[in-house]
Amino acid sequence: MEHRSSIDINTEWDIVAARQLGRNEAKSTGFGTVDQARITTAISELARTIYLYAGKGRIEIQSITVGQRVGLVIIASDEGPGIADLQKVMTDGYTTSGGLGAGMPGVKRLMDDFRIETEVGVGTTITATKWLH
Amino acid sequence: MNEVMRNSIFDNIETITTRWIERMKDHSDERFLDIMPAPVVATMSREFTELMTSNLSTKEQVDKDRLDEFTKKIIHFGWSIKFINRAIDAFSSVIYELFFENGILTDKNLREGVNIFASWINPLRESIIEEYSVKWERTDSLQKIALQELSASLIPVFEKISVMPLVGTIDTERAKLIMENLLEGVVKQRAEVVLLDITGVPVVDTMVAHHIIQAADAVRLVGSKCMLVGIRPEIAQTIVTLGINLTDFSTTSTLRRGMQKALQMTGRTIVEEE
Repeated sequence: MEHRSSIDINTEWDIVAARQLGRNEAKSTGFGTVDQARITTAISELARTIYLYAGKGRIEIQSITVGQRVGLVIIASDEGPGIADLQKVMTDGYTTSGGLGAGMPGVKRLMDDFRIETEVGVGTTITATKWLH
Repeated sequence: MNEVMRNSIFDNIETITTRWIERMKDHSDERFLDIMPAPVVATMSREFTELMTSNLSTKEQVDKDRLDEFTKKIIHFGWSIKFINRAIDAFSSVIYELFFENGILTDKNLREGVNIFASWINPLRESIIEEYSVKWERTDSLQKIALQELSASLIPVFEKISVMPLVGTIDTERAKLIMENLLEGVVKQRAEVVLLDITGVPVVDTMVAHHIIQAADAVRLVGSKCMLVGIRPEIAQTIVTLGINLTDFSTTSTLRRGMQKALQMTGRTIVEEE
Protein backbone atom coordinates (compact mmCIF):
# COMPACT_ATOMS: atom_id res chain seq x y z
CA MET A 1 0.00 0.00 0.00
CA GLU A 2 1.43 3.33 -1.00
CA HIS A 3 -0.05 6.52 0.16
CA ARG A 4 1.10 9.96 -0.77
CA SER A 5 0.14 13.46 0.25
CA SER A 6 1.83 16.82 0.04
CA ILE A 7 1.75 20.36 1.34
CA ASP A 8 3.05 23.45 -0.41
CA ILE A 9 5.22 25.61 1.81
CA ASN A 10 4.67 29.31 1.26
CA THR A 11 4.07 30.79 4.70
CA GLU A 12 5.10 30.01 8.23
CA TRP A 13 1.71 28.46 8.90
CA ASP A 14 2.26 25.91 6.16
CA ILE A 15 5.00 24.48 8.36
CA VAL A 16 2.35 23.75 10.97
CA ALA A 17 0.11 22.20 8.31
CA ALA A 18 2.97 20.02 7.06
CA ARG A 19 3.86 18.62 10.43
CA GLN A 20 0.20 18.08 11.30
CA LEU A 21 -0.07 16.00 8.16
CA GLY A 22 3.14 14.21 9.10
CA ARG A 23 1.87 13.41 12.57
CA ASN A 24 -1.36 11.96 11.18
CA GLU A 25 0.52 9.90 8.60
CA ALA A 26 2.97 8.66 11.20
CA LYS A 27 0.14 7.71 13.51
CA SER A 28 -1.75 5.82 10.83
CA THR A 29 1.42 4.05 9.69
CA GLY A 30 1.73 2.73 13.22
CA PHE A 31 4.60 4.70 14.73
CA GLY A 32 4.73 5.17 18.51
CA THR A 33 4.68 8.55 20.23
CA VAL A 34 8.45 8.95 20.31
CA ASP A 35 8.84 8.25 16.60
CA GLN A 36 5.83 10.42 15.87
CA ALA A 37 7.58 13.27 17.67
CA ARG A 38 10.79 12.54 15.73
CA ILE A 39 9.03 12.53 12.38
CA THR A 40 7.02 15.65 13.18
CA THR A 41 10.12 17.48 14.32
CA ALA A 42 12.06 16.42 11.24
CA ILE A 43 9.25 17.71 9.01
CA SER A 44 9.20 20.92 10.99
CA GLU A 45 12.93 21.39 10.43
CA LEU A 46 12.76 20.57 6.73
CA ALA A 47 9.75 22.80 6.13
CA ARG A 48 11.38 25.65 7.99
CA THR A 49 14.56 25.25 5.96
CA ILE A 50 12.47 25.62 2.81
CA TYR A 51 10.65 28.63 4.22
CA LEU A 52 13.83 30.35 5.41
CA TYR A 53 16.17 29.71 2.51
CA ALA A 54 14.11 28.95 -0.58
CA GLY A 55 10.98 30.93 0.23
CA LYS A 56 8.72 28.27 -1.16
CA GLY A 57 8.73 24.58 -1.84
CA ARG A 58 6.91 21.41 -1.05
CA ILE A 59 6.80 18.67 1.55
CA GLU A 60 5.64 15.24 0.45
CA ILE A 61 4.86 12.48 2.85
CA GLN A 62 4.59 8.95 1.64
CA SER A 63 4.17 5.66 3.41
CA ILE A 64 6.07 2.84 1.74
CA THR A 65 6.48 -0.88 1.97
CA VAL A 66 9.71 -2.54 0.93
CA GLY A 67 9.55 -6.30 1.41
CA GLN A 68 8.68 -6.77 5.07
CA ARG A 69 9.58 -3.26 6.07
CA VAL A 70 7.11 -0.42 6.41
CA GLY A 71 8.27 3.14 6.55
CA LEU A 72 7.48 6.77 6.04
CA VAL A 73 9.32 8.92 3.51
CA ILE A 74 9.52 12.68 3.71
CA ILE A 75 10.52 14.48 0.55
CA ALA A 76 11.32 18.16 0.90
CA SER A 77 11.91 19.87 -2.41
CA ASP A 78 12.43 23.44 -3.49
CA GLU A 79 13.77 25.43 -6.40
CA GLY A 80 15.77 27.70 -4.14
CA PRO A 81 19.41 28.75 -4.17
CA GLY A 82 20.75 25.25 -3.49
CA ILE A 83 23.46 24.38 -0.99
CA ALA A 84 27.01 25.36 -1.91
CA ASP A 85 28.84 23.58 0.89
CA LEU A 86 27.05 20.43 1.99
CA GLN A 87 29.67 19.51 4.53
CA LYS A 88 29.22 22.77 6.37
CA VAL A 89 25.44 22.48 6.39
CA MET A 90 25.70 19.05 7.96
CA THR A 91 28.01 20.31 10.70
CA ASP A 92 26.45 20.91 14.10
CA GLY A 93 26.37 24.56 15.01
CA TYR A 94 26.77 25.97 11.51
CA THR A 95 24.07 28.52 10.74
CA THR A 96 23.53 31.45 8.43
CA SER A 97 20.18 32.47 9.88
CA GLY A 98 21.23 33.11 13.46
CA GLY A 99 19.63 29.88 14.64
CA LEU A 100 21.14 26.98 16.53
CA GLY A 101 22.58 25.27 13.47
CA ALA A 102 21.18 21.94 14.53
CA GLY A 103 18.45 21.59 11.91
CA MET A 104 19.94 19.56 9.09
CA PRO A 105 22.29 17.35 11.12
CA GLY A 106 19.42 16.97 13.57
CA VAL A 107 17.07 15.70 10.88
CA LYS A 108 19.68 13.20 9.78
CA ARG A 109 19.85 11.85 13.33
CA LEU A 110 16.09 11.87 13.81
CA MET A 111 15.48 9.80 10.68
CA ASP A 112 16.95 6.46 9.54
CA ASP A 113 17.88 7.28 5.94
CA PHE A 114 18.82 10.72 4.75
CA ARG A 115 19.79 11.92 1.29
CA ILE A 116 20.38 15.39 -0.14
CA GLU A 117 20.45 16.25 -3.81
CA THR A 118 21.35 19.85 -4.41
CA GLU A 119 22.64 22.08 -7.15
CA VAL A 120 23.51 25.73 -6.71
CA GLY A 121 20.95 27.91 -8.45
CA VAL A 122 18.67 24.99 -9.26
CA GLY A 123 17.29 23.74 -5.98
CA THR A 124 17.43 21.11 -3.30
CA THR A 125 15.63 17.85 -2.70
CA ILE A 126 15.96 16.10 0.63
CA THR A 127 14.64 12.58 1.08
CA ALA A 128 14.43 11.23 4.61
CA THR A 129 12.99 7.89 5.67
CA LYS A 130 11.94 6.45 8.99
CA TRP A 131 11.40 2.70 9.24
CA LEU A 132 8.86 1.09 11.49
CA HIS A 133 10.80 -1.45 13.57
CA MET B 1 -35.75 39.27 -17.02
CA ASN B 2 -39.26 39.56 -18.39
CA GLU B 3 -42.64 38.86 -16.86
CA VAL B 4 -43.05 35.47 -18.53
CA MET B 5 -39.74 34.19 -17.23
CA ARG B 6 -40.37 35.50 -13.76
CA ASN B 7 -43.78 33.90 -13.55
CA SER B 8 -42.45 30.66 -14.92
CA ILE B 9 -39.85 30.51 -12.16
CA PHE B 10 -42.31 31.29 -9.40
CA ASP B 11 -44.89 28.83 -10.74
CA ASN B 12 -42.35 26.03 -10.90
CA ILE B 13 -40.40 26.81 -7.75
CA GLU B 14 -41.05 23.34 -6.27
CA THR B 15 -39.83 21.54 -9.38
CA ILE B 16 -36.77 23.75 -9.55
CA THR B 17 -35.83 23.03 -5.94
CA THR B 18 -36.29 19.29 -6.36
CA ARG B 19 -34.25 19.18 -9.54
CA TRP B 20 -31.59 21.32 -8.01
CA ILE B 21 -31.25 18.96 -5.02
CA GLU B 22 -31.06 15.99 -7.42
CA ARG B 23 -28.32 17.67 -9.34
CA MET B 24 -26.33 18.54 -6.25
CA LYS B 25 -26.59 14.95 -5.06
CA ASP B 26 -24.88 13.82 -8.25
CA HIS B 27 -21.70 15.51 -7.04
CA SER B 28 -20.78 12.65 -4.78
CA ASP B 29 -17.62 14.30 -3.52
CA GLU B 30 -19.62 16.85 -1.59
CA ARG B 31 -20.57 16.14 1.97
CA PHE B 32 -23.44 18.61 2.13
CA LEU B 33 -26.26 16.16 1.53
CA ASP B 34 -24.71 13.26 3.39
CA ILE B 35 -24.06 14.92 6.68
CA MET B 36 -26.99 17.27 7.01
CA PRO B 37 -30.30 15.83 8.18
CA ALA B 38 -33.08 15.81 5.59
CA PRO B 39 -35.22 18.61 7.13
CA VAL B 40 -32.18 20.88 7.22
CA VAL B 41 -31.41 20.09 3.58
CA ALA B 42 -34.97 20.97 2.71
CA THR B 43 -34.88 24.29 4.56
CA MET B 44 -31.49 25.21 3.19
CA SER B 45 -32.56 24.38 -0.33
CA ARG B 46 -35.72 26.42 0.01
CA GLU B 47 -33.76 29.35 1.36
CA PHE B 48 -31.23 29.02 -1.40
CA THR B 49 -33.97 29.07 -4.02
CA GLU B 50 -35.58 32.07 -2.34
CA LEU B 51 -32.29 33.87 -2.26
CA MET B 52 -31.58 33.07 -5.89
CA THR B 53 -34.96 34.43 -6.91
CA SER B 54 -34.98 37.36 -4.49
CA ASN B 55 -33.72 39.83 -7.05
CA LEU B 56 -36.41 38.84 -9.52
CA SER B 57 -39.33 40.45 -7.73
CA THR B 58 -37.51 43.36 -6.15
CA LYS B 59 -36.04 45.38 -8.99
CA GLU B 60 -33.00 43.21 -9.72
CA GLN B 61 -31.55 44.02 -6.31
CA VAL B 62 -30.14 41.34 -4.07
CA ASP B 63 -31.92 41.22 -0.73
CA LYS B 64 -29.15 42.21 1.68
CA ASP B 65 -30.72 40.87 4.89
CA ARG B 66 -31.56 37.55 3.37
CA LEU B 67 -28.08 37.26 1.89
CA ASP B 68 -26.58 38.01 5.29
CA GLU B 69 -28.70 35.41 7.01
CA PHE B 70 -28.00 32.79 4.38
CA THR B 71 -24.20 33.30 4.30
CA LYS B 72 -24.10 33.04 8.06
CA LYS B 73 -25.81 29.68 7.80
CA ILE B 74 -23.66 28.24 5.06
CA ILE B 75 -20.49 29.19 6.89
CA HIS B 76 -21.90 27.54 9.97
CA PHE B 77 -22.60 24.36 7.99
CA GLY B 78 -19.16 24.46 6.42
CA TRP B 79 -20.17 24.82 2.80
CA SER B 80 -17.11 25.59 0.76
CA ILE B 81 -17.02 28.45 -1.68
CA LYS B 82 -16.47 25.92 -4.44
CA PHE B 83 -19.64 24.18 -3.41
CA ILE B 84 -21.63 27.41 -3.43
CA ASN B 85 -20.35 28.24 -6.86
CA ARG B 86 -21.39 24.83 -8.04
CA ALA B 87 -24.78 25.26 -6.43
CA ILE B 88 -25.31 28.50 -8.33
CA ASP B 89 -24.26 26.86 -11.59
CA ALA B 90 -26.60 23.95 -11.02
CA PHE B 91 -29.41 26.31 -10.17
CA SER B 92 -29.04 28.38 -13.28
CA SER B 93 -28.81 25.34 -15.54
CA VAL B 94 -31.96 23.85 -13.98
CA ILE B 95 -33.81 27.04 -14.84
CA TYR B 96 -32.27 27.09 -18.27
CA GLU B 97 -33.63 23.65 -18.98
CA LEU B 98 -37.01 24.58 -17.57
CA PHE B 99 -37.24 27.55 -19.90
CA PHE B 100 -36.49 25.33 -22.84
CA GLU B 101 -39.12 22.83 -21.77
CA ASN B 102 -41.72 25.59 -21.45
CA GLY B 103 -40.76 27.10 -24.76
CA ILE B 104 -39.82 30.39 -23.14
CA LEU B 105 -36.33 29.98 -24.52
CA THR B 106 -35.92 28.71 -28.07
CA ASP B 107 -33.04 28.60 -30.49
CA LYS B 108 -34.26 31.92 -31.85
CA ASN B 109 -34.05 34.05 -28.72
CA LEU B 110 -31.09 32.19 -27.22
CA ARG B 111 -28.71 35.12 -27.47
CA GLU B 112 -31.13 37.40 -25.69
CA GLY B 113 -31.73 34.71 -23.10
CA VAL B 114 -28.02 34.37 -22.36
CA ASN B 115 -27.78 38.09 -21.67
CA ILE B 116 -30.78 38.05 -19.38
CA PHE B 117 -29.31 35.13 -17.47
CA ALA B 118 -25.95 36.80 -17.11
CA SER B 119 -27.43 39.99 -15.70
CA TRP B 120 -29.47 37.93 -13.26
CA ILE B 121 -26.94 35.34 -12.05
CA ASN B 122 -23.70 37.31 -12.07
CA PRO B 123 -24.61 40.00 -9.54
CA LEU B 124 -26.03 37.30 -7.29
CA ARG B 125 -22.89 35.24 -7.50
CA GLU B 126 -20.77 38.28 -6.85
CA SER B 127 -22.67 39.32 -3.77
CA ILE B 128 -22.78 35.82 -2.33
CA ILE B 129 -19.04 35.33 -2.78
CA GLU B 130 -18.26 38.80 -1.48
CA GLU B 131 -20.44 38.32 1.56
CA TYR B 132 -18.86 34.94 2.14
CA SER B 133 -15.30 36.21 1.98
CA VAL B 134 -16.03 39.21 4.20
CA LYS B 135 -17.51 36.90 6.82
CA TRP B 136 -14.58 34.58 6.51
CA GLU B 137 -12.03 37.34 6.86
CA ARG B 138 -13.79 38.56 9.96
CA THR B 139 -13.76 35.09 11.51
CA ASP B 140 -10.09 34.76 10.63
CA SER B 141 -9.07 38.05 12.22
CA LEU B 142 -11.16 37.37 15.33
CA GLN B 143 -9.46 34.02 15.74
CA LYS B 144 -6.05 35.63 15.36
CA ILE B 145 -6.92 38.10 18.11
CA ALA B 146 -8.26 35.32 20.30
CA LEU B 147 -5.07 33.35 19.76
CA GLN B 148 -2.97 36.35 20.64
CA GLU B 149 -4.92 36.92 23.82
CA LEU B 150 -4.21 33.46 25.11
CA SER B 151 -0.71 33.54 23.71
CA ALA B 152 1.59 34.15 26.63
CA SER B 153 0.73 35.48 30.02
CA LEU B 154 3.02 35.40 32.99
CA ILE B 155 1.19 34.34 36.13
CA PRO B 156 2.50 35.25 39.58
CA VAL B 157 1.92 32.04 41.55
CA PHE B 158 3.89 32.70 44.70
CA GLU B 159 5.95 35.62 45.81
CA LYS B 160 9.13 35.56 43.70
CA ILE B 161 7.83 32.73 41.51
CA SER B 162 5.95 33.18 38.23
CA VAL B 163 4.77 30.70 35.64
CA MET B 164 4.30 31.12 31.91
CA PRO B 165 2.28 28.27 30.43
CA LEU B 166 2.85 27.89 26.70
CA VAL B 167 0.11 26.21 24.74
CA GLY B 168 0.13 25.49 21.03
CA THR B 169 2.44 26.20 18.17
CA ILE B 170 5.19 28.75 18.60
CA ASP B 171 5.89 30.78 15.49
CA THR B 172 8.16 33.77 15.09
CA GLU B 173 5.44 36.23 16.00
CA ARG B 174 4.45 34.38 19.14
CA ALA B 175 8.06 33.91 20.15
CA LYS B 176 8.45 37.68 20.11
CA LEU B 177 5.35 38.08 22.22
CA ILE B 178 6.57 35.47 24.70
CA MET B 179 9.87 37.26 25.09
CA GLU B 180 8.22 40.65 25.63
CA ASN B 181 5.65 39.43 28.13
CA LEU B 182 8.23 37.37 29.95
CA LEU B 183 10.69 40.19 30.49
CA GLU B 184 8.05 42.76 31.28
CA GLY B 185 6.32 40.40 33.70
CA VAL B 186 9.51 39.31 35.46
CA VAL B 187 10.41 42.89 36.26
CA LYS B 188 6.89 43.91 37.22
CA GLN B 189 6.15 40.87 39.37
CA ARG B 190 9.64 40.89 40.88
CA ALA B 191 9.98 37.21 40.08
CA GLU B 192 13.20 35.51 41.04
CA VAL B 193 12.34 32.25 39.33
CA VAL B 194 10.28 31.90 36.18
CA LEU B 195 8.89 28.57 35.07
CA LEU B 196 8.34 28.16 31.34
CA ASP B 197 5.82 25.35 30.97
CA ILE B 198 5.92 23.66 27.55
CA THR B 199 3.46 20.85 28.34
CA GLY B 200 1.10 22.23 25.69
CA VAL B 201 3.67 22.77 22.95
CA PRO B 202 3.24 19.97 20.42
CA VAL B 203 6.61 20.20 18.66
CA VAL B 204 9.93 21.44 19.97
CA ASP B 205 12.19 21.89 16.99
CA THR B 206 15.42 23.85 16.78
CA MET B 207 13.60 27.13 16.26
CA VAL B 208 11.40 26.73 19.32
CA ALA B 209 14.40 25.61 21.34
CA HIS B 210 16.34 28.59 20.09
CA HIS B 211 13.61 30.97 21.22
CA ILE B 212 13.44 29.31 24.62
CA ILE B 213 17.19 29.58 25.07
CA GLN B 214 17.11 33.23 24.09
CA ALA B 215 14.25 33.93 26.47
CA ALA B 216 16.11 32.21 29.29
CA ASP B 217 19.23 34.21 28.55
CA ALA B 218 17.27 37.43 28.60
CA VAL B 219 15.63 36.50 31.89
CA ARG B 220 19.06 35.91 33.32
CA LEU B 221 20.11 39.37 32.19
CA VAL B 222 17.36 41.01 34.20
CA GLY B 223 18.54 39.10 37.24
CA SER B 224 16.15 36.15 37.48
CA LYS B 225 16.36 32.45 36.80
CA CYS B 226 14.44 30.60 34.13
CA MET B 227 13.36 27.00 34.43
CA LEU B 228 11.96 24.86 31.63
CA VAL B 229 9.21 22.54 32.84
CA GLY B 230 6.71 20.18 31.27
CA ILE B 231 9.14 18.31 29.04
CA ARG B 232 7.37 15.19 27.87
CA PRO B 233 9.48 12.04 27.40
CA GLU B 234 9.20 12.05 23.60
CA ILE B 235 10.14 15.73 23.49
CA ALA B 236 13.16 15.03 25.70
CA GLN B 237 14.31 12.32 23.28
CA THR B 238 13.82 14.55 20.27
CA ILE B 239 15.76 17.40 21.87
CA VAL B 240 18.65 15.06 22.63
CA THR B 241 18.66 13.62 19.10
CA LEU B 242 18.57 17.07 17.57
CA GLY B 243 21.65 17.87 19.63
CA ILE B 244 20.21 20.90 21.37
CA ASN B 245 22.13 21.99 24.43
CA LEU B 246 19.81 22.93 27.27
CA THR B 247 22.31 22.42 30.07
CA ASP B 248 22.53 26.11 30.86
CA PHE B 249 19.27 26.15 32.76
CA SER B 250 17.44 23.66 34.88
CA THR B 251 14.65 21.56 33.45
CA THR B 252 12.03 19.25 34.93
CA SER B 253 9.42 16.89 33.57
CA THR B 254 6.39 18.42 35.27
CA LEU B 255 5.26 21.78 36.51
CA ARG B 256 4.80 20.32 40.00
CA ARG B 257 8.44 19.30 40.30
CA GLY B 258 9.51 22.61 38.88
CA MET B 259 7.47 24.42 41.48
CA GLN B 260 9.05 22.41 44.31
CA LYS B 261 12.47 23.23 42.94
CA ALA B 262 11.60 26.90 42.55
CA LEU B 263 10.43 27.05 46.17
CA GLN B 264 13.69 25.45 47.25
CA MET B 265 15.66 27.99 45.25
CA THR B 266 13.86 30.80 47.01
CA GLY B 267 14.36 29.16 50.39
CA ARG B 268 10.88 27.76 51.01
CA THR B 269 9.11 24.41 51.12
CA ILE B 270 5.55 23.20 51.22
CA VAL B 271 4.75 21.53 54.52
CA GLU B 272 1.77 19.30 55.09
CA GLU B 273 -0.39 20.16 58.06
CA GLU B 274 -0.30 17.64 60.87
